[in-house]
Amino acid sequence: MHTLTSSETKETQALIDTAVKPLIQIKDLNVHIEGKQILKNVSLDIPNNSITSIIGPSGCGKTTLLKTLNRLLDDSKEVQVSGSVLVDGDDIYGRDAEVTHIRKKMGLLSQKPFPLPMSIYDNIVYGPRIHGERDKNKLKQIAETQLRNVGLWDEVKDRLHTSATRLSIGQQQRLCLARGLAVQPEIILGDESTSALDPISTQTIENLLIDLKKDYTIVLVTHILRQARRVSDYILFVYQGEVVEFGKTEDILLNPQQELTKQYVKGFIS
Amino acid sequence: MARQFPNQQIEWRLRKEKIAKILMQLSGILITGSLFFIVGTILYKGLPYLSWEMISQAPQGGFYLGKGGGILNAILGSLYLALASTGIATLVGIPISLYLNLYVPKNSFTARSAKLLFDVLFGIPSIVYGAIAFSIMIWLGIRASLLGGIITITLLTIPIVVRTIDELLKTVPIDLTQVTFSLGATRWEAARVVLKYIRPGIFTAILLAFGRAIGDVAGVLLTTGFSDNMPKYIDEPAATLPLAIFFQLSSPIPEVQGRAYASALVLTFIILFIVLCTHLLAAKQKKHKL
Repeated sequence: MHTLTSSETKETQALIDTAVKPLIQIKDLNVHIEGKQILKNVSLDIPNNSITSIIGPSGCGKTTLLKTLNRLLDDSKEVQVSGSVLVDGDDIYGRDAEVTHIRKKMGLLSQKPFPLPMSIYDNIVYGPRIHGERDKNKLKQIAETQLRNVGLWDEVKDRLHTSATRLSIGQQQRLCLARGLAVQPEIILGDESTSALDPISTQTIENLLIDLKKDYTIVLVTHILRQARRVSDYILFVYQGEVVEFGKTEDILLNPQQELTKQYVKGFIS
Repeated sequence: MARQFPNQQIEWRLRKEKIAKILMQLSGILITGSLFFIVGTILYKGLPYLSWEMISQAPQGGFYLGKGGGILNAILGSLYLALASTGIATLVGIPISLYLNLYVPKNSFTARSAKLLFDVLFGIPSIVYGAIAFSIMIWLGIRASLLGGIITITLLTIPIVVRTIDELLKTVPIDLTQVTFSLGATRWEAARVVLKYIRPGIFTAILLAFGRAIGDVAGVLLTTGFSDNMPKYIDEPAATLPLAIFFQLSSPIPEVQGRAYASALVLTFIILFIVLCTHLLAAKQKKHKL
């Protein structure tokens, strides 16, 4: 259908000329789930230290693309992946790729906040603990730093050892973000991370992500165009498993090159 | 324009609602009633015969003819047997369910055939386990003993543990494993979080297995035998409560029959005690549950 011609691809790549080698490079990615092709020939460089939003109608493969990045996908269903995804230059689908190490590099913020069945404190230090941090003082330090990072410290410092499930849903999502940050990832992946939240909590999370992009590369899946406009530097429009257009936020929203993008942005297709 | 639905329909729907409710209440009353009837009968017939002597002594000569002694040997025999086999079945059963749910893809041939197998094992009556264990014991030259009983009852209870834990694992949200994986956890580390999540339910699984183990007669009849001695050695025959009840109940002497009901009372109390412990433990574990 609407694939980019090679000259157009070069144009888009020129737009995101970040001089440094991008952290995530996707090449000819094809994903089949239970025999059905979900992603078709996706090639893409995701720029560093910025927020890239993946937009597109429901079922277009946004979430699949996101979950391909930390290999959460090949866990659950019958999935075939071809092509390559380079993170830091290493192919995460390569033969000697080590899954737990790859996932450690990426914090995932899922659709609904899901605290682990333990206390607030244990939630944050769960990651560092499984990765071998045993020093209690260091763990305490990590918990405080990350809770401050997401602006939760003052709200929970007196009840660190109570169940995380008693927090409000907005607090839980910030806790999940802090928990992801505690394993010191390089990339943050967000899968419609604010869809379960009220407007104020949504705003808090969005502002946090904008703050965090100076240290992290962030990829978000969203079905809310206004959110993509508010937070992202780049937008990737996916339709029926194919990349239709990729570029700076204002270019995609105000001056899309592809007819399909135009229609989606105007709300004709959804 | 929405069309008007026929008016009489609401009456019929409400009537159905009423009938369903009455049927549910009736079955509730029926079950609660029979439970009270059973407990009442045991209490009425057994309580007069329950004495300290009964639960603190092994049978003396002629106990089954109405002379002195007690059923401590059977109480201990049953407790040893049930605790050991439930313990082993839990230790073996939990890893099996975890493996089938977290390590093997859910729709794979291995997972599906293993689950089918456990369904079948779950339904096999205990006399069959007893018969098979008995024939193996004859072949190996082992006589009826506590050990034989423990092995048989363990085999009987493993499918109970596996199937119950399997049902529990189905209730674990996929998010939980995805979250742990996304933090870089290995499967084993994820499995430990999952175990934490289902812990209150694990007690139920253990309770079910224990109940089946302590109440089983057919499985121990051939493999454990019976003895008037206290169970001291694992390679000797041992008494069990259900068999003790059976032997006493088949006596024509009213005194001995009364003691059978007293023994049943003891068995019921043991199970009640275990149920209460399980509930307490499970309630304690619930604090981090969503």
